[in-house]
Amino acid sequence: MDEQTRMHLLKTMVRIRLAELQLAIMYKNGKVFCAAHLYEGEEAVAAGVCANLRSDDCITSTHRGHGHCIAKGMPMKEMIAEVCGRITGCCGGKGGTMHLFKPGIGVMGTVGIVGGGIPLATGLGLAMQMQKTDRVAVSFFGDGAANNGAFHESLNLAALWKLPVIYVCENNGYATSVAVGRSTSVPDIGVRGTAYGIPGITVDGNRVDEVYEAAAEAVARARAGLGPTLLECKTYRIRGHFEGDDSLYRTREEVAEARKRDPIEYWKGRLLGEGVITEDDVAAVNAAAEAEVADAAAFAENSPFPDPQDALVLTNQA
Amino acid sequence: MPRRIRFVEALREGMRQEMERDPSVFVMGEGVGPHGSCFKQTEGFTAQFGEDRSRDTPISELAIAGTAAGAALLGMRPIADLMWIDFSMLAMDQICNQAAKLRYISNGQVNVPVVYRMTTGRSKSNAAHHSGSFYSWYINTPGLKVVVPSTPYDAKGLIVSAIRDNGPVIYLEHKLLLNMRGEVPEEVYEIPLGVADVKREGADLTLVATGAMVGLSLAAAEAVAKDGASVEVIDPRTLMPYDGDAILASVRKTGRLLVVDEGYRYCGFASELIAFVAEKALEVLHQPPRQLTTRHTTIPFSPPMEEFVFPDAARIAGEIRAMLDITAQGDSSNG
Repeated sequence: MDEQTRMHLLKTMVRIRLAELQLAIMYKNGKVFCAAHLYEGEEAVAAGVCANLRSDDCITSTHRGHGHCIAKGMPMKEMIAEVCGRITGCCGGKGGTMHLFKPGIGVMGTVGIVGGGIPLATGLGLAMQMQKTDRVAVSFFGDGAANNGAFHESLNLAALWKLPVIYVCENNGYATSVAVGRSTSVPDIGVRGTAYGIPGITVDGNRVDEVYEAAAEAVARARAGLGPTLLECKTYRIRGHFEGDDSLYRTREEVAEARKRDPIEYWKGRLLGEGVITEDDVAAVNAAAEAEVADAAAFAENSPFPDPQDALVLTNQA
Repeated sequence: MPRRIRFVEALREGMRQEMERDPSVFVMGEGVGPHGSCFKQTEGFTAQFGEDRSRDTPISELAIAGTAAGAALLGMRPIADLMWIDFSMLAMDQICNQAAKLRYISNGQVNVPVVYRMTTGRSKSNAAHHSGSFYSWYINTPGLKVVVPSTPYDAKGLIVSAIRDNGPVIYLEHKLLLNMRGEVPEEVYEIPLGVADVKREGADLTLVATGAMVGLSLAAAEAVAKDGASVEVIDPRTLMPYDGDAILASVRKTGRLLVVDEGYRYCGFASELIAFVAEKALEVLHQPPRQLTTRHTTIPFSPPMEEFVFPDAARIAGEIRAMLDITAQGDSSNG
């Protein structure tokens, strides 16, 4: 991994983290008025995977999709404005926090149904294959979706047709309030790849270098026409399922323990330890991200809401 | 002499001509490959277009529907065959939550030009899981268009329009109509979505019918004509968005409305049309509108019971006579 990529990964993770913390504040003060599902602690997955993608590659994502969109290149102000329901948002306020699109850079949608994006990404891969391109599609989903029929049907189909799709399972320990051990028959979801005859890999999802390297291999396979990969990234959902979740299904100690494995601290430590960056560089990354987030939040708050009548644009009623 | 072909041949010809014209059009679904589909809708496609564009799938309805929608997002125009409307329930999330909504929630940044084909309705003792007419579920989902042809001519023109449409279209093939013969031009033509067709002109009563109910309604209209009743039969052809103007124009002329629908009555297509006419033109109605639908029960297997639950020509004629207050003369079709 070259130096530029190492810095890019750090910047992306910090940008995602600060955007999410900003949204948490905006939720508390009422600027974000919806159930926001934040990504704190999982940044290494989005950053490590998307660093391997070109802008013409596509992703689908989940209800917890802000991080994926930022990592794929969505301007932060369009994302935050959409979460705030403003007309300047990436979907003009029609989509919201769980429905973010920017097709020009391959954000083909975050979806609010668990598992719902998996067949869509499979179809994106089918189109890419039929159109004889070397583009790839990535589907981000959680451990919850790995127990959903959409997962099984899609992986079977993609394996059968050797589609250029990377199925990235972010195992963050919880499907809403249910711990993965209470919902899932195997400790490592990666092993399920074997059932479809495709590589199934499990990596530490809090180590962005591990994610990056595994994703690089999966993307290379897909581009070469060798078919899909299931990549499980084990991480931890630091925040509740949504802002305001009382999290009674887990202990404070468990969360405190998980915070010690912070992906940004890990990567910062690595880069500082290896002399790739200095503390000044870290401060500059933080300052740039803080400024970007502040700008984006101000842009969102100063943007108008859509006209109510816009609700009926793009409908097909009789 | 105009060419007469079967409904299934007309449908196949429409798909084939579109696939010849546009390389982004392809079919996918269980058995659409060398087998040529359940009712031979895609017979010969594998030989002509190859397995890539005549794509057999596992019995994975959710993945068929979602994969088709995903491919459509990148400019492909998939025709996804879900075989039976009853089976499409396994694909509901991808059809109703994803395909139907992607254009809207993306604020028009993506199109979803996918056609979901399914057979619908009654056939011979297909019973509870193979006789459904659940199109009102799809009508009730913003973002979907719903098409139900009733003739070979309409089958071809509507499939061409459905393929060319930029949004998801549910295209329903009634199993009892697949062998029906009719005049069909050899050249490609479109029948615009959302345009009704007056299948028979009349002055006393507007009868709106869809799918297999159109033929039965025409037979009933013929039967009551002997009693002096003049019935206008309108086929909306597209159930969503439906051609409200054509129905209102007819009702304004006749002052009476009967809707015959193979779906169920509660929140169904028939009840929707009656509500629509009541809202827009109640004052022109001489009497309360009526609906004749499949009885509100699971479709039974045994022929006498199956016969009993579906509308048939005799029951339709009975409804017409009741509304026009006439008694049958010289035939016994009023049961």
